[in-house]
Amino acid sequence: MAGDTLTSSEYIKHHLTNLTFGQHADGTLGIAHTSAEAAEMGFWAIHLDTMFWSLLLGVLFLYFFKKAADTATTGVPGGLQNFCEWIVEFIDESVRGSFTSKNVLVAPLALTIFIWIFLMNLMDLVPVDVIPLIAGWFGIHFMKVVPSTDPNATFGMAIGVFGLMLFYSIKVKCLSGFMGELTFMPFTSKNPVVQAIFIPINFLLEFVSLIAKPISLALRLFGNMYAGEMIFILIAIMYNAGAVLGLFGGALQLGWAIFHILIITLQAFIFMTLAIVYMDMAHNEH
Amino acid sequence: MNINLTLFGQLISFGVFVWFTLKYVWTPIMGALEERRSGIADSLSAAEKGKHDEELARQHAKEILLEAKNQASEIKAQGEKRASEIVDEAKDEARAEGERLLTAARAEVDQEVNRAREQLREQVAKLAITGAEKILQREIDAAAHKDVVDSIANQI
Repeated sequence: MAGDTLTSSEYIKHHLTNLTFGQHADGTLGIAHTSAEAAEMGFWAIHLDTMFWSLLLGVLFLYFFKKAADTATTGVPGGLQNFCEWIVEFIDESVRGSFTSKNVLVAPLALTIFIWIFLMNLMDLVPVDVIPLIAGWFGIHFMKVVPSTDPNATFGMAIGVFGLMLFYSIKVKCLSGFMGELTFMPFTSKNPVVQAIFIPINFLLEFVSLIAKPISLALRLFGNMYAGEMIFILIAIMYNAGAVLGLFGGALQLGWAIFHILIITLQAFIFMTLAIVYMDMAHNEH
Repeated sequence: MNINLTLFGQLISFGVFVWFTLKYVWTPIMGALEERRSGIADSLSAAEKGKHDEELARQHAKEILLEAKNQASEIKAQGEKRASEIVDEAKDEARAEGERLLTAARAEVDQEVNRAREQLREQVAKLAITGAEKILQREIDAAAHKDVVDSIANQI
């Protein structure tokens, strides 16, 4: 445990701080050594741990699926190929179920979202202190190993989905159709004057619901994973509080981890399904 | 927990991953799946066709067998008919031959009877002449009385 000399609140804070690289207050570039320093770096800083783990997991996912795709034969499939095909068919079925238009991008998008988020969430099951401890041996102070507990990661993906939504909305329905959806619904009237009054009201409602989509996508995943991580950290604090509480904490951690397997899969699935549904809404007129 | 450049890093990586998945993962795997699906469909339809062909062949064989059976019984009937014809012919021939032989034998018998009768007649004539010679005890001009003797002989 890293925090023998730390108080509980310091321990938690330590675990919730990203390895931030950016410009220090004195103008030099470097890694922040305290959370305060990290916060001071502002927008023009980057979370090295989030980037490292998410890229590593993404590359891992693509490596195995590419391998399966390369060896994909029409004959009897092998183990890895079977597994990948099983996932691909599962995603394909989900997309077929919720997406009614034709777009070759949606299914690969869903596959990427599902597997990537699942792998990022899976890092939550690694005991909270293991990787930061190993990183500590190499002189790295902060290490947040679950990229999906970083809002940057979840918002990055949600904004990606949102961008695709806007792009296909405008592409399929033209700019006028898209603006029409934003302003002429849900309240309509035959009377042009009443309709003109309705436009700002409609726009307010529709705009909020439009903006709510990526924000809810990102915050749902972030919130769930952040809370889960927090519980793991709180359980980890119990290890310092004597043998009995430590044992109890071990049992709790096991139970929470088992329950968390459900959550990480479910969150990945929800993100994917909602992304498919949003893409479907972008392709269809209401 | 600060929103910073990481957001763009994640956004860009996400885009690259999606592009990579579309290009190198999803398309080939779906292609392989589709190919396998169509291969299995082809095999199934080929099997169905084979079954159908077999059914047809079996029916055809049955027809040929039936025809062969019919032909065989026809040939057998013809053979039996021909055999009885041959027997009848043989019977007729035998009967005709027998009759011919009988007729020939009868003719021969008649001939023999005639010849015997002729011989008898000659002998009787000779006997009569001899008898007459003896009775008359005189020389008789055989030539002068030949017609008389002949007439007597003929009357026998």
